[in-house]
Amino acid sequence: MYDTNRPEAAVGQQDIKISASDVQVFYGPKQAIKDLNVEILDKTVTAFIGPSGCGKSTFLRCINRMNDTVDTARVEGRIAIDGQNIYDRGVDPVQLRAKVGMVFQKPNPFPKSIYDNVSYGPKIHGLARDKAQMDEIVETALRGAALWNEVKDRLHEPGTGLSGGQQQRLCIARAVATAPEVLLMDEPCSALDPIATSQVEELIEQLRTRFSVVIVTHSMQQAARVSQKTAFFHLGSLVEYGDTNDIFTRPRDSRTEAYISGRIG
Amino acid sequence: MTGLAFAVLLSAALAGYAMNRRAALALRNGGERLHSLGSFHGLYALLLVLVPAFVATILWIMLEGSVINALTLSGLPDGVLAGATNPQLILTEIQSIAGGRIFGTPDPWKLEAADRMASLRATSGWLLVAVIAALSAALLYVSRRQVTADFRARQAAERIVMGLMITCSLIAVFVTIGIVFSLVFESVRFFQMVPLTEFLFGTRWEPQMPIRADQVAAEGAFGVLPVFLGTLVITFVAIVIAVPVGLLSAIYLNEFASRRFRAVAKPILELLAGIPTVVYGFFAILTVAPALRAWGAALGIPVAPNTALAAGSVMAIMLIPFISSFADDALSAVPRSLRDGAIALGATRSETVLNVLFPAAIPGIMGGVLLAVSRAIGETMIVLMAAGLIAKMTINPLDSVTTITVQIVTLLIGDTAFDSPKTLAAFALGLMLFIVTLFINILALRIVRKYREQYD
Repeated sequence: MYDTNRPEAAVGQQDIKISASDVQVFYGPKQAIKDLNVEILDKTVTAFIGPSGCGKSTFLRCINRMNDTVDTARVEGRIAIDGQNIYDRGVDPVQLRAKVGMVFQKPNPFPKSIYDNVSYGPKIHGLARDKAQMDEIVETALRGAALWNEVKDRLHEPGTGLSGGQQQRLCIARAVATAPEVLLMDEPCSALDPIATSQVEELIEQLRTRFSVVIVTHSMQQAARVSQKTAFFHLGSLVEYGDTNDIFTRPRDSRTEAYISGRIG
Repeated sequence: MTGLAFAVLLSAALAGYAMNRRAALALRNGGERLHSLGSFHGLYALLLVLVPAFVATILWIMLEGSVINALTLSGLPDGVLAGATNPQLILTEIQSIAGGRIFGTPDPWKLEAADRMASLRATSGWLLVAVIAALSAALLYVSRRQVTADFRARQAAERIVMGLMITCSLIAVFVTIGIVFSLVFESVRFFQMVPLTEFLFGTRWEPQMPIRADQVAAEGAFGVLPVFLGTLVITFVAIVIAVPVGLLSAIYLNEFASRRFRAVAKPILELLAGIPTVVYGFFAILTVAPALRAWGAALGIPVAPNTALAAGSVMAIMLIPFISSFADDALSAVPRSLRDGAIALGATRSETVLNVLFPAAIPGIMGGVLLAVSRAIGETMIVLMAAGLIAKMTINPLDSVTTITVQIVTLLIGDTAFDSPKTLAAFALGLMLFIVTLFINILALRIVRKYREQYD
């Protein structure tokens, strides 16, 4: 559906991390995504924008196969990460999700201590040889999520006792701790106040240096602030995809223009 | 007559509703601003008539009998009561004659008294109707007088309704207190005969004792420990079997089962909860106990015919749906976001259940398990049929043990003298059962409430 603007032409030197071709997603008889083709770059923040129900979260949840947990969901087509189709029979969704982290709309720390929240992923994937190495992983992850200084003295208190913004950064630390190659964020700031939002946005800017970040957002200001690439979804189709600057200043499609100027949404 | 009295008070109440509502509407149509809607004026009249008249009728019915009895007895010829050892027996005879059941040829003064009783009953019936009619009329008049533009009928009606609700909730409280007191009074009588220390710490339970002085029987021993131990052994067996089975089935149904399997399996599991415990008792004595005995014989282990294991394992079957539905509720109450969070980290389904869902659900599950324990302790029918009668100090589940509930039933069955420690021991056991289950229930409710909304 999207036009001739090839992303690699625009950015050049960066590698393609995720490449989707002819993706169709159905929930029961209802088609949620139609003929989606997109290529997402490594070490780049890509924003998915669009009105509610346009399929942007659905596509995000295809990238780590979270839709597998929905009984009625069916995915067709090909989504490849580093050239490997993640819907191939041989791919283990559990290993895929260790490589593709996810942060949700609402902070969802486990009812465990801060330390246990962060160490959970490394523990189940056997990333640490001993306690010392686990401590290091936890500290690195919490520093990476700009939370270390706030929680270093209370690592063994429950994660649910933190403020909303801290909880969300804890969830980011938890996702980062498994050393993912892609981080998916599903409206990560929608439950946060402006200060917590700007902290998370700064964090996204740092995370981009290490891996590919895909963020779904309802805030066009946020998309413009944090992303280098933007994809606009409408009614289950990818309408326009390109450099964020271009999308917000010179949208090619009339629907994109209508959305970013607030006429649909 | 009672039916007529109810008809009178109901129709008076409805008439009051119609009358006051119409009066209120008439006021409004006359141009006045009413404080309350017409229907509230009607409701006020309805309640004002209904509640006192209804209470009066109930009180009349409750007191009628003893008043009539007193009047009948006081009308008897002088001297006949003086010779009688038991006036209650004479009264009973007069009552049955008045009811038309005559045995032999009663004394003429009894027949006369019976006639008088019958006529008193008839008079009382008519008097009731008359009193209710007069009361209703008076209340109707009072309520009609109150219809004015300023009368706060809504608040007045609300107050009456609130009073009714308070009364109803107090009934439950007072009945509970009454039950406790009846247990306590009888238990106090028991503890006057048997010292509390002997009851609590004695290791022999042989409650059979002579009813008459010339009877040959054992002197009773009332040490509750072996009985309590038997209860604990059976409860332990039941819980050890029911908790894992109930829990794992809940986890499977909640997390792993396909929707179609769940739709079939869950109702079947819940069906277990609807089986009468008597039927479980049959299952225990006809199927489980003989099977255990056969296995024991095959292995060379002596197994009693009524083992704690048989009773406990059948009780476990009864508790499985209880535990599984509690665990199911607790697991379903864990927010979906936690499940998604674990899965998105690459946790497998069983890791998600074990590390995230289960710890989050554990307070609810614990509450369910404790409630199951208190049900197991109080369960009567299964153990009455499948457990033994002899109290033994043993923790061997292959031996025959008895429980508190079984002992209460056997102590109260048959010829009982309510001044003998043998019978009164049943109340002491009941009090003990009450206290133990009460504490477990309080603990369970506290756990459930304290941790319920910890996450989210």
